[in-house]
Amino acid sequence: MKQIAITASGLTMRFGSLVAVDSVDLEIEMGSIYGFLGPNGSGKSTTIRMLCGLLRPSSGSATVIGMDTKKESESLKQKIGYMTQRFSLYEDLSVKENLQFISEIYAVPRKERKQRVAQLLESFSLTDRAKQRSGTLSGGQKQRLALAAATLHKPEILFLDEPTSAVDPQNRRDFWEVLFELAEQGTTILVSTHYMDEAARCHRLAILDEGVKVADGSPRQLGESISSHVVEIEVDDLNRARLCLMQNQEISSITQLGIKLRIMIPKTVSDPLQLVNSILRRENIEANTEQVFPDLEDIFVSVTQQRRKELGA
Amino acid sequence: MKSLIRIFAVMRKEFLQLSRDRLTFGMIVGIPLIQLLMFGYAINTDVRNLSTAYVDESDTHISRQFIADITASQVIVMKQRVASVFELEQLLNAGSISIGIAIPDDFDRRVLGRDRQAAQLLVDGTDPIIVGVAQQLAAMPVRFDSQAKLPQKAAILEVRNYYNPERRSAVNIVPGLVGVILTMTMVLFTAVAIVREKERGNLELLINTPIKTPELMLGKISPYILIGLIQLSLILGLGWYFFQVPIRGSLIHVLVAALVFIAANLSLGLLISTVAATQFQAMQMTFFFFLPSILISGFMFPFDGMPAAAQNVAEFLPLTHFNRLIRGIILRGADITSMLDELLALAIFTVATLTLAILRFSKRLN
Repeated sequence: MKQIAITASGLTMRFGSLVAVDSVDLEIEMGSIYGFLGPNGSGKSTTIRMLCGLLRPSSGSATVIGMDTKKESESLKQKIGYMTQRFSLYEDLSVKENLQFISEIYAVPRKERKQRVAQLLESFSLTDRAKQRSGTLSGGQKQRLALAAATLHKPEILFLDEPTSAVDPQNRRDFWEVLFELAEQGTTILVSTHYMDEAARCHRLAILDEGVKVADGSPRQLGESISSHVVEIEVDDLNRARLCLMQNQEISSITQLGIKLRIMIPKTVSDPLQLVNSILRRENIEANTEQVFPDLEDIFVSVTQQRRKELGA
Repeated sequence: MKSLIRIFAVMRKEFLQLSRDRLTFGMIVGIPLIQLLMFGYAINTDVRNLSTAYVDESDTHISRQFIADITASQVIVMKQRVASVFELEQLLNAGSISIGIAIPDDFDRRVLGRDRQAAQLLVDGTDPIIVGVAQQLAAMPVRFDSQAKLPQKAAILEVRNYYNPERRSAVNIVPGLVGVILTMTMVLFTAVAIVREKERGNLELLINTPIKTPELMLGKISPYILIGLIQLSLILGLGWYFFQVPIRGSLIHVLVAALVFIAANLSLGLLISTVAATQFQAMQMTFFFFLPSILISGFMFPFDGMPAAAQNVAEFLPLTHFNRLIRGIILRGADITSMLDELLALAIFTVATLTLAILRFSKRLN
């Protein structure tokens, strides 16, 4: 059995009357990449900040590598790395100066400091930018620098708060390569995101909505567990197909994906494909229909809709 | 050991940033220079050349002699002669003269009789300094030949001006200016330096590192101690060069007083930085503190002349104590050990604000 790096139980954060995080329970395995998926304002950052010990939870507790985040937040800081949503290194210092500063702040032994900085510059492909002021770096370079700084003291746990929000797709890909390498070496990574493709790369993830954890598990498990079938329709006249499908009460959502429509039908319907085909046939619309495995967006829409329905009921 | 590494890391970073921030760098040198020249050259309580008009209704040789004498004093510049007191009042009201002299038609008789005032000075009372000058003028004796043999009434008191016999304003102002400039720059720089990190998000990163609050604060403020000392040397050096302001006391004592004062202001800056959310707010709070410091610390107006309530408030301002210290050491050549209570007051202020600042600054975000 794998060791547990982070546990949380009933973690809650209130700001005045607003409940930003509502009794979240977590259990995160050592060496895994764990994702927080949710829209803006769903409590991802607040949860991460509570786990880092930056925010004191209103109620509930969390343990990170065996340390209580409330009582031992100071000793915890030597063991965790945190990459803020905003670039928070010094823009008026050079890349190298920033890393040197961080290495001194973590009191890396004098002899190792230089070597460690050089090594990070190398592995994050920043060597030729070493003397450049970090404020003038591109989004991708800034992000690499921030990750280099967050991993400088070789933390056991890495918290990344929407790390790729200002980065182009290629850089995002490279960035994830680095994350997988780190995880391979044993670092536990907790990453928040609102990109579905990014969430799909996580070993496990939790879906947050309005401060509540609505689902968690591996992307595969989540896909299997949701209460909807997903049907993809390829059709010439998208609009007409959409209009007639919208009439049907059984269909819970329709989204357009390029030349396709993606339809969600509750699992209470035993044969979703037949339902869709029969509707389309009645209207004389020719189409290719196919039942597909739910992707994260479907999962996300399904679990949040279900929660709203439960709240409404 | 780890603590020291971290403190030095913050200090080094602060110096690096300072050396790249040209505006702040310019302010470190510019503020003392400009203020010194401004206060030194422009502010002069030893007033000369006040615009004056007069009306002479007696027009005798005594009255003409009197006008000639009073003009010769150079305190006033006689702009014009008018026909009536009413015209004098109009000129005064229009602001074209500061002083009007009204000589009545029985001037000679009044001078000889000596039982009533011989003439009137109409003074623009909107400026207290002009009123003071007018009082000097009023004490001026009137000479006339027939009275030459009469014994002059001797004054009861003779004034001996210690420490500044030539009554040069700069001598008075420059030492006080050290305190004023240090108050402004030290409080502002530290307050802004920390709030800036808050605004730019650097603090969110820092508080998630093992650095401890006192380490961060010490590292952030120590570079400014050096800057404060640079400013001190600038002001005293330039004051000596431009205005021949002497330093009569020991330089070591000046240094000790300045260091304690700088510490007081830096900790106040820190305290402000824990309250202010933006650099603008930090600036506002600094000025909220800075104005009373200038006005009631004794830098501008004599401390003893203020009502008791203002004096009590002033005792809480570091500048009040520093003014006494620095004027004592620089102008009177006093020994700092004779003013230990002032040093103690500054030390108490420093410890109190620093404690508050460290308590208020939390390594958590909420």
